[in-house]
Amino acid sequence: MTDHPMPEPLLSITDLRVAFATRGGLVRAVDGVSLEVRAGECLGIVGESGSGKSVTFASVMGLIRPPGRIEGGSIRFGGRDLVGLDPAAYRRLRGREIAMTLQDASTSLNPALTVGTQITEVLLAHAEDLPAGHGPRRRAARQRAIDMMRLVGIPAAEGRLDDYPHQFSGGMRQRMMIAIALSCRPRLLIADEPTTALDVTIQAQVLELIAGIRATLGMSVVLITHDLGVVAEYCDRVAVLYAGQIVESGPTAQVIAAPRHPYTAGLLRSVPVLSDLDRPIQPIPGQVPDLVDLPEGCRFLPRCALAHAACHAAVPMRGLGAGRAARCVLAEAAP
Amino acid sequence: MRPALLLQRLLHLVPVLLGVTVIVFLMMSLTPGDPAEIMLANQNATPEQVASLRHDMGLDRSLPVRFASFVGNALRGDFGQSLFHRRPVADVIAERLPATIELSAAALIFALLVAIPLGVVAAVHRGGILDRLATVGSLFGVSLPGFWFGILLLLAFAVNLRLLPVSGAIDFAHQPPTVTGFLTIDSLLSGRLDSLGNALAHLLLPAVTLGLPMAAILMRVTRASMLEVLRQDYITFAEAKGLSRARILALHALKNALLPTVTVAAIETGSLLGGNMVVETVFGWPGLGRLVVESIFVRNYPLVQAAVLLYAVTYVLVNFVADLLYTVLNPKVRM
Ligand SMILES: Nc1ncnc2c1ncn2[C@@H]1O[C@H](COP(=O)(O)OP(=O)(O)OP(=O)(O)O)[C@@H](O)[C@H]1O
Ligand SMILES: [Mg+2]
Repeated sequence: MTDHPMPEPLLSITDLRVAFATRGGLVRAVDGVSLEVRAGECLGIVGESGSGKSVTFASVMGLIRPPGRIEGGSIRFGGRDLVGLDPAAYRRLRGREIAMTLQDASTSLNPALTVGTQITEVLLAHAEDLPAGHGPRRRAARQRAIDMMRLVGIPAAEGRLDDYPHQFSGGMRQRMMIAIALSCRPRLLIADEPTTALDVTIQAQVLELIAGIRATLGMSVVLITHDLGVVAEYCDRVAVLYAGQIVESGPTAQVIAAPRHPYTAGLLRSVPVLSDLDRPIQPIPGQVPDLVDLPEGCRFLPRCALAHAACHAAVPMRGLGAGRAARCVLAEAAP
Repeated sequence: MRPALLLQRLLHLVPVLLGVTVIVFLMMSLTPGDPAEIMLANQNATPEQVASLRHDMGLDRSLPVRFASFVGNALRGDFGQSLFHRRPVADVIAERLPATIELSAAALIFALLVAIPLGVVAAVHRGGILDRLATVGSLFGVSLPGFWFGILLLLAFAVNLRLLPVSGAIDFAHQPPTVTGFLTIDSLLSGRLDSLGNALAHLLLPAVTLGLPMAAILMRVTRASMLEVLRQDYITFAEAKGLSRARILALHALKNALLPTVTVAAIETGSLLGGNMVVETVFGWPGLGRLVVESIFVRNYPLVQAAVLLYAVTYVLVNFVADLLYTVLNPKVRM
């Protein structure tokens, strides 16, 4: 293996563990996740509902609140460790260097404030190159807000600044949230299921929009989704989450062509493929395990068709070369 | 709000006010006993005198005729004569009204100033010492009878510590020239700071007594709605934007959380009117509440009838204003 020497990744998460203290016990939502996002790349995060996608990146944003707690691990961004970063420094980072759009655009904009207020406030909080003086600052922020809304394709942007979120359609709200997230030109955009609530044509528009802006601004993107099709089209690399752990990661094309973890393979079989519509869709049988008391061994074992004696012991992530890795005892044996 | 909509809402008030008037009129007319006889009961009146009073009060006419003339007169501001004062009822009430409005306004301001910050702090530091103190305090606030608490305050601050006056609205020596009838406003208008200080000193204890139960209720409402709002996605998104804690709480959260507070405050403002009677009596406050209590004792029918109607109409109007405020605060119902 002669990997090229890599510059330090923009974001690197090492052995992150996040748990929520609930009445039913300690929910280990994220349990030893390690991943990297390099400058300019798009990383896809896939996994079933409850696998820990949102919690992982809420941790990056410093948004885990009690009863949740980061129990261990490190999150390095641009050379700094974010775990335990002081709140003021975190505020300067959020919205300016790392931005995140939340899963549900219909509830993520404040219903009592105009969208103009909600976008200009980020600029007023962070942008350093706005002119001095109250009036000029405000006017410049407004103008920049309009530019950003145009960039994300909101028609008649200047007329819409004083509208409230409920006056926007679902797709436009999603765009608005993206405009807000991108307004300070962050180095990393985390888009949490930006298209789940949208219909198919709007989905494609929003994804093209993110891809286009990524290219123009040269930022990195983390795209969280349920949809492997979306990953195949837009992401350089992919990480598959299962029950709070990464079970497989690698360059998208290779992972999709030849998955090395039975769960990834299962996910692939459970989505329709346009090129092969005759292939039957097979949902993965069984359910995601309870995160409160997890078995020591492979977490996918109860649902796995290839179960093995070795699966009952803890399974580490195995490097497979060519930037690939999988958490499966059979991984090395696979072609 | 559009003027047309405002007008429409105002028109909706007409049937409500008419209904209120009917109820007040019927209540007063259908209570057992003949008002003329009762009013003259202790005065050894001859049957002729009673008959003459009945005629003066219009009691010898049929109910519908009496109602029509009651409404007609009321619209002209004529509520008949107060036998006790030997002056028109309307004049007597007008003289006492400013003191009651001043006291109610002071109580409302006190309640809001205490309840909103406490409610916010209690919600933000949920389960902390301040939250627990505020919760226990609010329990006392709603359950203690107003007169009892008023007497306690009187004993402590007026009788024992001699810090504040025992009764009345102002000392004779500080009486400002009457312009509006509101002592604080008249003091300011005449530029007499001594009067202002004296009026405020008189206002303090009754306003606190009257406002305390309301403060307790509003504190709980604010705390509960603030807790609800702080869980919302738009608060998380505001945090993800890197806004200051102060801006998130004071603008993003409070603007939504105040909706229920405003509604309840408006409803409770209506009920301040009832509390007025007790508090004005305890503190010898020269307002409408005390006047009504006195009038009931001397069976001053016309005055009680006019006052009850005034209370009912005020209640309706206060709720109308609450509706308007709700509309201003909540863009979703703003048209
Ligand atoms: N505030 C919380 N309190 C308790 N448990 C929580 C909380 N937030 C998340 N969890 C738990 O953490 C686990 C991971 O949640 P997460 O939201 O990251 O899933 P996800 O992969 O984003 O799923 P989805 O695709 O549905 O968005 C879930 O089991 C969830 O129940
Ligand atoms: Mg999620």
